Amino acid sequence: MSDLAWIDAAITSARPQAVGALLRYFRDLDTAEEAFQEACLRALRTWPEKGPPRDAASWLIMVGRNAALDGKRKTSRQAELPPEDQISDVEDVETPMAERLDGAHYRDDILRLMFICCHPDLPATQQIALALRIVSGLTVKQIARVFLVGEAAMEQRITRAKARIAKAEVAFEAPGPVERSERVAAVAHMVYLVFTEGYTAGWETAQTRAPLCEEAIRLSRLVLRLFQAEPEIMGLTALLLLQYSRAAARFDPQGAAVLLDDQDRGRWDREAIGEGLALIDKAMRHRRPGPYQVQAAIAALHARAARPEDTDWANIEQLYAALEVMTPSPVVTLNRAVAVSKARGPAEALAMIEPLETPLAGYFYWHGARGAFLLQLDRKAEAREAFNRAIALANTAAEAAHIRGQIDRLQADVTAAG
Amino acid sequence: MLYAVLCYNSEDAVFSWTAEQDAKVMADLGQVQQRWSHKLGPTARLMPTTAATTLRKGDPPLVIDGPFAETKEQLLGFYLVNCDDLDEVLTFCKELGAANPGGAYEVRPLHFFSNGVLPADAVSARVSESA
Repeated sequence: MSDLAWIDAAITSARPQAVGALLRYFRDLDTAEEAFQEACLRALRTWPEKGPPRDAASWLIMVGRNAALDGKRKTSRQAELPPEDQISDVEDVETPMAERLDGAHYRDDILRLMFICCHPDLPATQQIALALRIVSGLTVKQIARVFLVGEAAMEQRITRAKARIAKAEVAFEAPGPVERSERVAAVAHMVYLVFTEGYTAGWETAQTRAPLCEEAIRLSRLVLRLFQAEPEIMGLTALLLLQYSRAAARFDPQGAAVLLDDQDRGRWDREAIGEGLALIDKAMRHRRPGPYQVQAAIAALHARAARPEDTDWANIEQLYAALEVMTPSPVVTLNRAVAVSKARGPAEALAMIEPLETPLAGYFYWHGARGAFLLQLDRKAEAREAFNRAIALANTAAEAAHIRGQIDRLQADVTAAG
Repeated sequence: MLYAVLCYNSEDAVFSWTAEQDAKVMADLGQVQQRWSHKLGPTARLMPTTAATTLRKGDPPLVIDGPFAETKEQLLGFYLVNCDDLDEVLTFCKELGAANPGGAYEVRPLHFFSNGVLPADAVSARVSESA
């Protein structure tokens, strides 16, 4: 591996802590990012010779802080100095005590940096774009590629999102326990959004969006390192690992989605599954269940089944029932119904989802599941109608192709019978 | 003499490697392991410290989430190697280090060793056991 690749990895891993600390010093995101950028440029000049320092984050914080203060001094003739109270705690720029200064704060620094991306006024896609830019350090070009938009459009979107959070009041004091746990919950949700943005992509975009899933797993591990005893963060990390473990088996070579039951389980990532299972083990010990833990437990039951017929559907149904209580939603009920159909047959499952027609009439999966239940009940005409509605609502070509496959099978049955 | 070689590195950095970077390091390490295979005992790569649990002995014992020590570099794996002397085991470490820059190796001679009964597929067996 080249020096540059190593330095890149060192900078990427140090970034949340360094930008988080610089944000606390300067209380301004743009200044913090510019300071970090300058520190990175200097790192690229000095690290290849001397090797990365043992504590890359502290190095980048110190160098970035000094560079930004130098910059401020140089421009001070033209521009006003920032208010004294904003720079008073960074007067002594020569101090070699960056590590001690930052050590006590670094958890809240990283949390704050992630939290500002979760502003409730920002739509999900902007939260994701902002997190990728600010926390992960992806370039605007990389983010634009992920979202399949032009670079200029993405630049504008990020600038607008930044302007919005600049106006928002972000507390720079260390948060109290309640506020901290609220921040952790918001950040967990944002990390989950980053993941699903990558994971729900169809085959055409799965390759370009895979980095989103990997980045979300990295961020989730980072949050868990900061909050080691939080069972929901263990659950979130486990959930992401277990879902992503199936990435290589989700599409066939033609790009059609492969159902869980039909996936080649040999292509599931055993390392990711092992880590996910270990984390659920740890989380369960706390006996404080939450939605991420329950979803992870469901994914774990799938991961543990060597063959589809080994799947513990009765247990999965119970977990979905628990999830229904924690986060009631017709989609959760729909998922539960799928488990019911496996555990106790399609009739009960169909009865469970019929009342959901109003909320889910425009939902691809409702029609798809309904069609599948009807087909199992041998109500072919109704099944065909449901599948046709599903195709009309498919979000991706892969979804449509999958339903078309079901209809073809139906057609083949009819032909064979006729 | 049997030595444990304990591998420390910043796991933040290691887990920021891309899949390709990780695969390259593992392949390079594999070559070193191949050269030393006649002297190598058990070799392990550990999951990240987020998967760790610590039991602090006491009455009652205290179970804590996370690794034993919060350090800048974490214990990420280990080797057991049978070497003639410290020089030789340091040579092994230098070769490992060339394949996997960053971090440190701690060399600890062993007082006691039992070969144990671990099956080679114990890691994946844990995954596929039915719930």
